[in-house]
Amino acid sequence: MITRCLIRKKEYYDSVFLMRVAKQIAGQRGILQAATLMGTEKNKVLLADIGFESVEISSATPNDLIIAIRAENETILSNTIENIDQWLNQGVGETGALSYRTIEEAVTHLPRFNLAVISVPGQYADREARKALEQGLNVFLFSDNVPVESELSLKEFAREKGLILMGPDCGTAIINGIGIGFANRVRRGPIGVIGSSGTGLQEFTTLVHRFGSGISHAIGTGGRDLSDQVGGITFLSAMDALESDRETKVIALLSKPPGSSALEKLIQKIQLCRKPVIACFLGLKYQPTHEPIGCKLVRTIDEAASLSVQLATGNLPSLSEKSQQKLEERIRQHRSGKKSEQKYIRGIFAGGTFCYQAQQILQDAGIFVHSNAPLQNNPKLKDPMHSTEHTLVDMGSDEFTVGRPHPMIDSGLRYERILTEAKDPQVSILLLDFILGFNASLDPAGELLPAIDEAISEAKKRGESLTVVASVCGTEQDPQDFNLQFKKLEGAGVFVFSNSAQAARFCGLLITGGS
Amino acid sequence: MNDRLKDLLQKGPVAINIGVLDFAESLKNQDSEVIHLNWTPPAGGDPELIALLDQLL
Repeated sequence: MITRCLIRKKEYYDSVFLMRVAKQIAGQRGILQAATLMGTEKNKVLLADIGFESVEISSATPNDLIIAIRAENETILSNTIENIDQWLNQGVGETGALSYRTIEEAVTHLPRFNLAVISVPGQYADREARKALEQGLNVFLFSDNVPVESELSLKEFAREKGLILMGPDCGTAIINGIGIGFANRVRRGPIGVIGSSGTGLQEFTTLVHRFGSGISHAIGTGGRDLSDQVGGITFLSAMDALESDRETKVIALLSKPPGSSALEKLIQKIQLCRKPVIACFLGLKYQPTHEPIGCKLVRTIDEAASLSVQLATGNLPSLSEKSQQKLEERIRQHRSGKKSEQKYIRGIFAGGTFCYQAQQILQDAGIFVHSNAPLQNNPKLKDPMHSTEHTLVDMGSDEFTVGRPHPMIDSGLRYERILTEAKDPQVSILLLDFILGFNASLDPAGELLPAIDEAISEAKKRGESLTVVASVCGTEQDPQDFNLQFKKLEGAGVFVFSNSAQAARFCGLLITGGS
Repeated sequence: MNDRLKDLLQKGPVAINIGVLDFAESLKNQDSEVIHLNWTPPAGGDPELIALLDQLL
């Protein structure tokens, strides 16, 4: 075994790209481990944790690329190193020919820009977002780890300038039919939506598309916007924008429950709004009456999408996508071959909002689950790596993704977890989500099928039957093709829904005995 | 509402991308105008130097 660390001075690449290069290196025959990271202090700790330490690594700066490889022998290592330039050159795209180094430079030469899409590491995000706002640009801020004080100050500055700042930690937006970040290709139409979570917006917009209508704009706000500290600045600006927008006939709001003072401001805005408003506050314990809010309140994202389509088009789409006969058949299948100790559901989610919504749906059905990201009144998992009883895990949360790609980009983490859960003889149901769209994995179903097959056949060997339920979030126009992904999963014996809430409701039905 | 926000909503994004290259590529694939900045951490990523630069500039 041989280890080598290479430092390439002043060569900067983004983390998503570098994770892909590391995967390419690690996939070569005879390579035991590979990491490609910029020389930040945090990354140096990650490298030390996996046994890569050297004087060169210690002296690397955040502008220096570190390539660390462990191989079976010197020949394999040398051959791999020879290919590195070729892999790294994939990062030099044609987009803008990399000719500008700063926002000021770019705006001076091409003043027609109207948006900055910022995904630099969190410690630099405030600086770049502020520069963009100073230059009169709206901002889509994907970066996370931005302090809430910075968020508030940036949003106040944006409001002062009549601009909008989506984020921080904003995963998704669709503006005038163009998807930004992790977004799906959906039909244009009369429904505008504002949402605090990326996967929530993806689910809503794809369901509206599947229900036959379309989206004017989908505006992300970041998860903390409706906290009392931030006061819903982006939600309120986005409501103004959608109210003035001629294309938008109906406005939907998606969020976890707002803070009390943020909610007051939002209610005032809703009551003055001249367009119908639908709100879904996931995790809201009690259903308030509609009157004080001044809008239609719904419990789940699919209800929000369905009601929005009804208000915009006059037709109420049905949420039930399966016939009663099909559902009965599946319930019978689920019951046959189950052993008495097979009692529990294990949800392994790529989308945090899907994990949260499924907990709400199961809780409404009287089923309390453990989670690393628990809904109010649900127990928090002691160790996120180990499930217990009913468990739903958000595999996209920080404890899983530090130094690893998000499960929407790479299914490696979920693959291992499926196999681990399948070894537990108490597991009866696996619940999975598959998220399509720009920037997501190009074949999420295909990546997990071997793990699903193995899980089902391992259970069979023990004389058990494992039920796998899944939802696919996407459209037939997405790069991954919704229909193709759906069929791949069905072919493997998975019971597939095009709606995450329906998949969770079905699981609730299976657990409570179909009553 | 600023004209640039109206412009964004009425005409769609004309974007400067800073950070993850894939985001610029996906905009380009939708025929949306975008340039990707050749961004690197300022001042070699040294927080003290960055703070000093921000005061001066």
